[in-house]
Amino acid sequence: MNHDTPGYRLFRYVTLTLLSVFVLAPLYVMLASSLKTLPDVQGEFTWFPSSPTFQSFIDIWHTVPLAQYFVNSLIVAVSATVLSVLVAVFASYALSRWTFPGSGSFKSAVLATQMFPGILFLLPLYLLFVYADQNLGTDLVGTRTGLIVTYLTFSLPFAVWMLVGYFDTVPRDLDEAAKVDGAGPLRTLLQIIVPAATPGIVAVCIYAFMTAWGEVLFASVLTDEQSRTLAVGLQAYSTEANVYWNQVMAASLVVSVPVVAGFLLLQRFLITGFTAGAVK
Amino acid sequence: MAVISPSGTRESPGTPDTPKQSTRGSRFRGRGRRWIPYAFLLPALALEVIVHFVPIVLGVAMSGLRVTQYQISHWWEAPFSGLGNFRIVLDFDGPTGKALAQSFFVTLGFTAVVLSGAWIVGMAAALALQRAFRGRGLLRTLFLVPYALPAYTAVITWRFIFQRDNGMLNHLLGQLGLIDSNPFWLIGHNAFWAECVVAIWRMWPFAFLILMAGMQAIPGEVYEASSIDGAGPWRQLQMITLPLLSSVNKVLVLVMFLHTFNDFSTPYILFGGSAPPAGDLISVHIYQSSFATWNFGLGSAMSVLLLLFLALVSACYLAFTRRTGHES
Amino acid sequence: MQRRTRAVALAAAAMLAGAGVTACGGSSSSASGDKTITYWATNQSTSLDADKKILQPEIDKFTQQTGVKVKLEVIPSADLLNRILAATTSGKGPDVLNIGNTWSASLQATGAFVAWDKELLAKVGGESRFLPAALKSTGATGKDPASLPLYTSSYELFYNKKLFKAANITSPPKTWSEFVADARKLTKDTNSDGKTDQWGLGLQGASSSFAAHFAFILGTQHGAEVFDGHTPKFDDTGMVDGIDQWLSWIGKDGIVNPSDAEMTDKVALLQNFASGKAGMILAQSSTGLTLGQYKMTTADYGVVPVPAQDPAVAGGKDIGSFVGGINVAIFKNTGNLDGSTQFVKFLTSAKEQVYLNKTYGTLPSVTDAKDPAFDTSTLAVARQTLDSRAVPLPQIAEESQFETLVGQAMSSFAAQTATGKQPGKARIKSEMTAADQKLEAGN
Repeated sequence: MNHDTPGYRLFRYVTLTLLSVFVLAPLYVMLASSLKTLPDVQGEFTWFPSSPTFQSFIDIWHTVPLAQYFVNSLIVAVSATVLSVLVAVFASYALSRWTFPGSGSFKSAVLATQMFPGILFLLPLYLLFVYADQNLGTDLVGTRTGLIVTYLTFSLPFAVWMLVGYFDTVPRDLDEAAKVDGAGPLRTLLQIIVPAATPGIVAVCIYAFMTAWGEVLFASVLTDEQSRTLAVGLQAYSTEANVYWNQVMAASLVVSVPVVAGFLLLQRFLITGFTAGAVK
Repeated sequence: MAVISPSGTRESPGTPDTPKQSTRGSRFRGRGRRWIPYAFLLPALALEVIVHFVPIVLGVAMSGLRVTQYQISHWWEAPFSGLGNFRIVLDFDGPTGKALAQSFFVTLGFTAVVLSGAWIVGMAAALALQRAFRGRGLLRTLFLVPYALPAYTAVITWRFIFQRDNGMLNHLLGQLGLIDSNPFWLIGHNAFWAECVVAIWRMWPFAFLILMAGMQAIPGEVYEASSIDGAGPWRQLQMITLPLLSSVNKVLVLVMFLHTFNDFSTPYILFGGSAPPAGDLISVHIYQSSFATWNFGLGSAMSVLLLLFLALVSACYLAFTRRTGHES
Repeated sequence: MQRRTRAVALAAAAMLAGAGVTACGGSSSSASGDKTITYWATNQSTSLDADKKILQPEIDKFTQQTGVKVKLEVIPSADLLNRILAATTSGKGPDVLNIGNTWSASLQATGAFVAWDKELLAKVGGESRFLPAALKSTGATGKDPASLPLYTSSYELFYNKKLFKAANITSPPKTWSEFVADARKLTKDTNSDGKTDQWGLGLQGASSSFAAHFAFILGTQHGAEVFDGHTPKFDDTGMVDGIDQWLSWIGKDGIVNPSDAEMTDKVALLQNFASGKAGMILAQSSTGLTLGQYKMTTADYGVVPVPAQDPAVAGGKDIGSFVGGINVAIFKNTGNLDGSTQFVKFLTSAKEQVYLNKTYGTLPSVTDAKDPAFDTSTLAVARQTLDSRAVPLPQIAEESQFETLVGQAMSSFAAQTATGKQPGKARIKSEMTAADQKLEAGN
């Protein structure tokens, strides 16, 4: 385990170098372009800015209401993640620990939603939201709530499948022990199963967050100026009269930093989660 | 030798489901609270029905109507056309059907390339980062960056790179002396490959993340035991890693397949609305034939066909993996 | 299981029926007593923010005058069609909105807009106030207008004076043969590195709407009628000739940088023009103002009408543009028709027309808006074109499909020309026949 063969080391070196270049190239272009002036960035490509400037990092905030888009995206993605994982945890627990009439078809049906082409139900979903707003007093069209509800179901199928798999591998002896201690199903879930399945839950969280974070098609129809998310809002840097490439790149960097930082933090959590799983 | 499932529960390979099933059925039944699982399931069920199933039913209903701009504000009154839309869409000698068929095959090729590309790259990265070394955490984070970028950001940057005269790629190729005249990447045949590269760039970190999570769950003792038996890394990959990842792979491959086949953002942003024929993925094709040309009935019919195709593939896939799962 | 599916379908159908009823009645009830109207403006200037800064003070004036509050939203052009479709489908949308005037009849067919009958028109000063040319692009012929012109423009030929002088071109082209000859003189390798770096013409080959505009202009010059009634005639000989002429600029004539075939936005085009990489561009009137951003003044560029066929094609019409511009419409589901009408009246008032069109570099759409700012060479050419050499795009519901189907086919031809070989006329004709069939299949 601890002594790597030369072949493996070579493989690792080559793979990691190539992949780093592949990943970094666009990121470098983003960074270099964000530091260029507009005429500079619109002309022929150069590796380095001729006169580096941070001006675009200042301009991005008033060319479009970036801060507002960012807050919208964050609220939508975080709420959709939390709710989706919460709903998925309960559903997965039921599917993992009970067999009951309909459990099999539910599992298949949930997976089936993954293959619904967005383009097919975009318009009907919108109509449904309008209907609900007008008859049930909800506020789903043009609001963050509508997007949250939509996105949370986008990640739900995968979340349920992942979590059923994880829950299945949590030994049932733990349930039995909890039952002997007098714990009901809810307590068993929250005190035994969830902690034991932390790595899976974290992975599902990341998936749910990213699903909501970047979605373009539904956001472009379901949001208005107040609720517009980054995925759609960033497009506003390209207008009839100009494409602010340097600002697009600067804004991309700025909005990505918190997410990447989040990944960094979560990664530590991921590792401890896994370690806990291995010790048990 | 016992086969170990991802998170370390030991099960006999021949009958993976039997022990679960027997305990499962009786778990809390003694208390006579049969409604509990349904209660746990209810929120998920309700959301799925509202956001997915009801709209899909409406979408299917639309595919049987001739919905154009004349009826869009009261589309349920549109003239009923039965299978008329499907007849047009499936007439491969007619221009509409022909274009759809072409787009379908482009999408198939795209999915094959992106799926295998993303999986191979993700697997290679997960393997290369499997063992601890200095800088592992840094690289792991770096590799997740493409996944953390909003779709628009990632794709528009690639579009910037692929520009013929002012893009980085041609600049680089020119500096390396690999090209005489600048090739096109956003139009013509190269558009297909440009699109694949972008999609792989965005997709592989997902494969990497899931595979890495799967590998982390394989206990170190298994590798140690096989090391003692004299197995090198490649043999370990074949004998331990891949088999133990099979259940992870099963879901991963299906999810990536469905995502790639339905990909809308990549072509839409990369080519600025409508894609060149070589990169005309089916989602954008349907979007162009329904939203942009106001033929919602035809667009819905195309989407329904797409749905049927994906359902068929998924069903076959699940049946196949289930069978092989039992055999191994 | 089957019974359950049927139950779901029934429930859905019931919901739909309900949605139908309420979609029509819903928003009017919600807006009663609420004076605020929502206005969707199109992105006309350098950014959404700039548009807001231009429009908000004017809107504040309006609110001061009338007491009607207006909520302004500037819609990015990429979102506009989706947003209008969603609003139309659901009946939940703005009260007043801008649309591209070529979409007038197509959007009118959705039934989502208030028709401007005599009575309503009288409230904004009557039909006679508006430019006759601009009024032609407001909805189907014979019907009350579905929208009113707000900003008016036409296509023009912009040329770089310095490059013309350097190439010894004394007068700008009046015909297409002069145009190609001049463009050939401009196309050259200026730094002798063996590569052409200055081109006669710049164009947005990958923009389907730009391409469709020229299918219409050149096709009409060749005697094509785009539609016969509602029947598409995209494969008409005149149309094929027009498309062939457009393609030849990239292919046979070699006066366009092949890279332009991947160009979707106007920005790159203007850059090339401003930096002297392209000697001429064909663009709409507001370009004059935008060029200022690239530090170009009328000392650097000249404007002339779009060239004519030479010799004139039998049966062809000598046009230089269609009637271009932005219209304003009132959404049928408005809960405040009176406030909305007042707002349109405000936007089309002489004073606002002067201010807004001056700001956006377009022509006022009303006859009583006069200002020296509209006497620039760019706008003089536009006025001249609109007076005598412009016809509206076909004012039928199928027009938007013409733009999409023909425009996309042309962009694809342009790509083929740039990456390989220029498609011949037979090929163009067969693709256009396919486009005809696609349109008819959907209708």
